[in-house]
Amino acid sequence: MAILSKEEAKKIIDKVLALSTADEISVGLSGDRSGNIRYARNSVSTSGETTDLSLSVTSVFGKKSGTATINEFDDASLEKTVRRAEEIAKLAPDNPEYMPMLGPQQFLETKSFAESTAAINPDFRAQAAFNSIDPCIKKNLTAAGFLQDSAGFSAMGNNKGLFGYNRATSVDFSITVRTADGTGSGYVARDYNDASKLDTKSATEVAMQKALASVNTKALEPGKYTVILEPTAGVDLLQNMMRSMDARNADEGRSFLGKKGGGTRLGEKLFDERVTIYSDPMNLEIPGSPFSGDGRPQEKVTWIEKGVVKNMYYSRFWAQKQGVKATPPPSGFIFEGGNESLADLIKGTEKGILVTRFWYIRAVDPQTLLYTGLTRDGTFYIENGQIKYPVKNFRFNESPVIMLNNVEAIGKPVRASGNLIPPLKIRDFTFTSLSDAV
Amino acid sequence: MGRIVSPEAFLNPGDDVAVKKRLADAALNAAKSKGASYADVRIGRYLNQFVITREDKVQNIVNTESYGVGVRVIANGCWGFAAVVDVKSEAQMAKAAEDAVAIAKANAKLMKEPVQLAPQKGFGEVSWKAPIKKNAFEVPVKEKADLLLSVNAAAMANGANYVNSVMFLVNEQKYFASTDGSYIDQDVHRIWPIFNITAIDPKTGKFETRNALSAPMGMGYDYLQVNPKDKVTGVTTRYNMGYDMLEDATAGAKQAKEKLTAKSVEAGKYDLILDPSHLWLTIHESVGHPLELDRVLGYEANFAGTSFATLDKWQSKNFQYGSKQVNLVADKLQVGSLGAVGWDDEGVNTKKWDLVKDGVLVNYQAIRDQAHIIGEKESHGCCYADSWSSVQFQRMPNVSLAAGKTPLSVDDMIKDVKKGIYIIGDGSFSIDQQRYNFQFGGQLFYEIKDGKIVGMLKDVAYQSNTQEFWNSCVQVCDDKDYRLGGSFFDGKGQPSQSSAVSHGSSTARFNGVNVINTARKI
Repeated sequence: MAILSKEEAKKIIDKVLALSTADEISVGLSGDRSGNIRYARNSVSTSGETTDLSLSVTSVFGKKSGTATINEFDDASLEKTVRRAEEIAKLAPDNPEYMPMLGPQQFLETKSFAESTAAINPDFRAQAAFNSIDPCIKKNLTAAGFLQDSAGFSAMGNNKGLFGYNRATSVDFSITVRTADGTGSGYVARDYNDASKLDTKSATEVAMQKALASVNTKALEPGKYTVILEPTAGVDLLQNMMRSMDARNADEGRSFLGKKGGGTRLGEKLFDERVTIYSDPMNLEIPGSPFSGDGRPQEKVTWIEKGVVKNMYYSRFWAQKQGVKATPPPSGFIFEGGNESLADLIKGTEKGILVTRFWYIRAVDPQTLLYTGLTRDGTFYIENGQIKYPVKNFRFNESPVIMLNNVEAIGKPVRASGNLIPPLKIRDFTFTSLSDAV
Repeated sequence: MGRIVSPEAFLNPGDDVAVKKRLADAALNAAKSKGASYADVRIGRYLNQFVITREDKVQNIVNTESYGVGVRVIANGCWGFAAVVDVKSEAQMAKAAEDAVAIAKANAKLMKEPVQLAPQKGFGEVSWKAPIKKNAFEVPVKEKADLLLSVNAAAMANGANYVNSVMFLVNEQKYFASTDGSYIDQDVHRIWPIFNITAIDPKTGKFETRNALSAPMGMGYDYLQVNPKDKVTGVTTRYNMGYDMLEDATAGAKQAKEKLTAKSVEAGKYDLILDPSHLWLTIHESVGHPLELDRVLGYEANFAGTSFATLDKWQSKNFQYGSKQVNLVADKLQVGSLGAVGWDDEGVNTKKWDLVKDGVLVNYQAIRDQAHIIGEKESHGCCYADSWSSVQFQRMPNVSLAAGKTPLSVDDMIKDVKKGIYIIGDGSFSIDQQRYNFQFGGQLFYEIKDGKIVGMLKDVAYQSNTQEFWNSCVQVCDDKDYRLGGSFFDGKGQPSQSSAVSHGSSTARFNGVNVINTARKI
């Protein structure tokens, strides 16, 4: 059984802790059952399912640490693994940045596990694929999609009294629909903890509409445009920015949050005042893990409030050095928004470009968080509140920091890649060249 | 990645070939008895060692080992696959084979066309070993950590504010057996030493970085043996089959500082002189990926995308992919390259073939179940799986730009350029899902005016279209300048698999390419 109960996990962890002769020991125990199905050209290409259960032991002598892992759970194997971790630790160089392990912590009870997802079996996946492929075949369209699901647990404990346990599930689905002649393409991605929310047929229908609507594109001149970024388009740029909020990099002067003459831009207003971004493991749409990888509790943190940088995340070493609270990076971000839907934002746009998705986003300049990438799978020109015609794909060169200073409107957030992201209307978004790709 | 082990575990030779043959036969026999028309078995032991440092600290040393078996079968005309970790018994092998047959039969119900496998002769019991001179896994970890710390010290002593360095080492011990009668034992080694140097100007708050000019190689620790014959001197030293990491870090720190005050490029059209340490990535993205046959056919449509290089262009026999100077070659034999093996992961002996000849598209990259689509009788031998637990599929072989046939040095090439930029090292990279429009950065940019290098530039990226770019290639230096670059972690597929691939070239000139200025204010 890949998913152990809290009691079963604690029993194994306690047994391993008792075998230790090191100064400190921590034990991680995790298991999951994960499966996937992939299809292309309206036919399933691969599918599979795996289960995994593994135990990891980190032993510490002074500032030397060593880790060993195992996936067998008899007493002899557990003992062997503890001894192996201790041998590796003794041979390791001192880590001058080593931090003593944490003692007992209070963890929130997050709602990250859904029975519906844990119950997924090969029949569910085959049906989900069929529901996506069948409507495409009927309309002479070509579907390529991927569904993967996972149900698992993770537990951790150490000889300072810390113990944490959490169960989590996830399901991710993405679908690309292309016209038979390859001149139109549409895309939709969905992710949930609870698989009962996933409807591959309705998601595919949106991708089908986009594929059919994106044929016969017109070429617009590259330049600065007002854009409406669907959450699937906006999420990567925003996530890249939020993942760059490491305090050490900023303190060291090699981050967009580093300041001329030293120090960080904490407390500075860097964005439009409508921009507020926080994280909350208790959020029911994107429930997160109650603890970070090193055992720190996850809690609600406001990262940007009304455009002002409020928090950055810290390693425990760097927080101690700076004398501040060691806030860990969260698993997902929540971008506050209003109540307007994507359709409302389109309706309120005189001239602009609707972007379904960005592709191949890469950093160009870490100093300004300049990124390049391209639009893909449905790019449309909007005039007087209506989608007028599909346009050829563009390459962009833009920074999310600049983008969030050019906010025109923020819609109602929806889940995208484990975050809550609103559709965004942004002015002066920089497209630098055209692409022939469909 | 596998289980974490102590470095001593790497010295264990693993299971004997006789044991592997017995295990493999158990799976092959079970597959056949359950109705498989074809079966192959891959018994893999994968060793990884990563040594990670910054400034004067060893941050982490990761040692992992992964051992298991993947069994692939064709039953009722359809593929099936099953994998087992830590295999010890013939009964486990037989069970995996039976599972694979059951999956194939279940998938066959949804099948539209049965698999057509290009015939392949069996090779009996054979073996291949990467021609390494020094096994990196036999070198004590301390020696590697000490080298990286000395590299970091050299960078700091020459003006770096920060430096991170890493050594990646991989050994794949792969045993392949198939119902065609092959039993193939192979030992593959890879190494990639890298650093990233940061220089900061506290007055302006600006920072610049310079990455290592090393290449990931299909070599042992011998890649780090310094030999003057492997050095290419010029505006900065570059490296061939041996890498002087200490020297490169010393130069890198000075260049990172120099970049802080370099001139910001004026956007416009330039003639580009691209060093092999840079050009490999452009080849990888704009030639390697679009000529993968599975992409062309639509199997990667939902993730990596499709390709502009459609079958009709190839069938026309006159699709001008590039200028007449452009010869692009696929090669799984190249010594020291990341793609070199004796046989691929479906038992096909490796080879070399043309993709673009005198500028014209002539072929793709195809494996056994694709060869018939392009009218070939045999596979190209470029099938790969990144683990025993992953299904093998078509992966990019080494794809390289052939050296120019006429003698030509870099200095002679630069002499004729009126307004140009000489780019060394790879940087930011992005390309669309059909591989038309791309943008590349780099590590070092030198302005060329009237045939001379006049100084360093920064904020440079070039944008072009694949066909337009390769048709703007006017010169390629001769084979004296030929070097390999490559990717250690090239991703493809869902779930994603990683592979390593080299791309060779000599320095080449491309005329009138669009250069943008990437400087912004926030």
